[in-house]
Amino acid sequence: MNIFIQIAYLVASVLFILGIKMLGKTKTARKGNILSSVGMFIAILATVVQVEMISLTDILICVVIGSAIGLLVAFKVEMTKIPEMVALFNGFGGISSLAVAMADFWLNTQEKSLVVDNITAVSVAVSILIGGITFTGSMVAFLKLNGKISGRAITFKGQHLINLVLLIGAIGLSAVALGDFSNADYMIALAVVSLLLGILVVIPIGGADMPVVISLLNSYSGMAACATGFVLNNNVLIVAGALVGASGIILTQIMCKAMNRSLINVLLGGFGQTATNVDGQEGPQITVKEVGLEEAAQIFDSVSSLIIVPGYGMAVAQAQHAVRELSEICEKKGILVRFAIHPVAGRMPGHMNVLLAESNISYDKLIEMDEINDDFGNTDLVFVVGANDVVNPAAKTNPSSPIFGMPVLNVEKARTVIVSKRSMGKGYAGIENELFGADNCLMLFGDAKQTITKLVGELKEL
Amino acid sequence: MGPESFIILLYILVLASYLGFELINKVPPTLHTPLMSGSNAISGITIVGAIVACDVLDYGSISKWLGMIALVLATINVVGGYAVTDRMLKMFKKK
Repeated sequence: MNIFIQIAYLVASVLFILGIKMLGKTKTARKGNILSSVGMFIAILATVVQVEMISLTDILICVVIGSAIGLLVAFKVEMTKIPEMVALFNGFGGISSLAVAMADFWLNTQEKSLVVDNITAVSVAVSILIGGITFTGSMVAFLKLNGKISGRAITFKGQHLINLVLLIGAIGLSAVALGDFSNADYMIALAVVSLLLGILVVIPIGGADMPVVISLLNSYSGMAACATGFVLNNNVLIVAGALVGASGIILTQIMCKAMNRSLINVLLGGFGQTATNVDGQEGPQITVKEVGLEEAAQIFDSVSSLIIVPGYGMAVAQAQHAVRELSEICEKKGILVRFAIHPVAGRMPGHMNVLLAESNISYDKLIEMDEINDDFGNTDLVFVVGANDVVNPAAKTNPSSPIFGMPVLNVEKARTVIVSKRSMGKGYAGIENELFGADNCLMLFGDAKQTITKLVGELKEL
Repeated sequence: MGPESFIILLYILVLASYLGFELINKVPPTLHTPLMSGSNAISGITIVGAIVACDVLDYGSISKWLGMIALVLATINVVGGYAVTDRMLKMFKKK
């Protein structure tokens, strides 16, 4: 063990920790990320100096190819597509952990004919299992998020039984592999089973639950790196992997809480399917009141406080910039403008904040649900753009609603609510929204971007 | 690996996980997306293992090729992850 290399790894670990700590404050976040990347660079450098000169070219080629692809994707990707990109990168992290563990195992047992100890072998198996699930699970999440495959929950009979059998099979294969290192077939079979398991575990989970899935897969990619750290007896892999694993688990919990679902319930999948069936026999038809652009503009002009509630529908309509213009003109008129952000407003934790930051809205105007929920009662006007389930009062009042118990924004408490919506379509959960029928609620139908741009035009003339 | 080194690694795992929970609990929801993509980049630390796996002098070796594939993918994860996180954090401005 080279002491300098180990110290370099220690420095890298400390930089990762400091980096994550600084990521916790908006002011220091960017520096924190840079610090963490310096840590990564030191870890890479300390590793590269150990290798034979001849291997250096191969390593360099791989790094150049990877960096080029990584940079290209990072600079081209649209902010609405960040969840897809994170899913994709997550998957790459997972499969590379699998490949590294497999490479080490293969080198020792097949090419050098060595006997590996049980702890290492178990670590290899864990690495393959988690890495494999992370890879294919992330790929399915990626395809679901970008619409290449249906975002709906895909369920079939005996699904959970098959998953259980595969998991038991994976554990069995690991046990057999421990007994016979000379035969690598078991580890290969384990990799295949893990990859299959990743697909089957994510496929029944619907689009609305994707924030949970991405967070969980993020955690898995950390755990896979951790397991690989045990294979290679490498501390920095374990520290970094543990940090990511913890981060993913916390975000998963936050997302589950925001949707009032248990993790098990999300993982079992099928949400958003039963709801549509229930809907057919559901009670009274909701009658809504429509509002025209001119009238809406007059309402905006007459208020002194406004809370804008953005949902993912706003991003789909590319209306962020129009919304920013709206908030600017309202502020010019002396109206107090704030944004209420529900934790699951986007497609991943914190996604809505990034989308609004991109369209140049100051981050101190973005208020999280718990902090703003008591303020709706003394607010003149709430403007809901492309949000649905997160403003549905049924979550508080109707025990038979599929979203009952989910924390929602108390928009109905405001004096007036205007909802910008394309049509009377339903939200992700596929249920009616009682808010739209409320006495103080007015519907502003049409494409969000066009409607809001026109609304800004009307406001300018007033 | 003997039981002693295993226990040391286990200590590191448990303490680092605890530290991770403490740190990340304090991150405000506004920054959750950059946190996730930034930590995603950190999970590309497996790049270190991939470099070691590439260090085999025989092109007929399966483990070398596995290492090289792992290296390309881990580099995408690391470089792309840090770059996109930086791009996002640049946008967070207070007027």
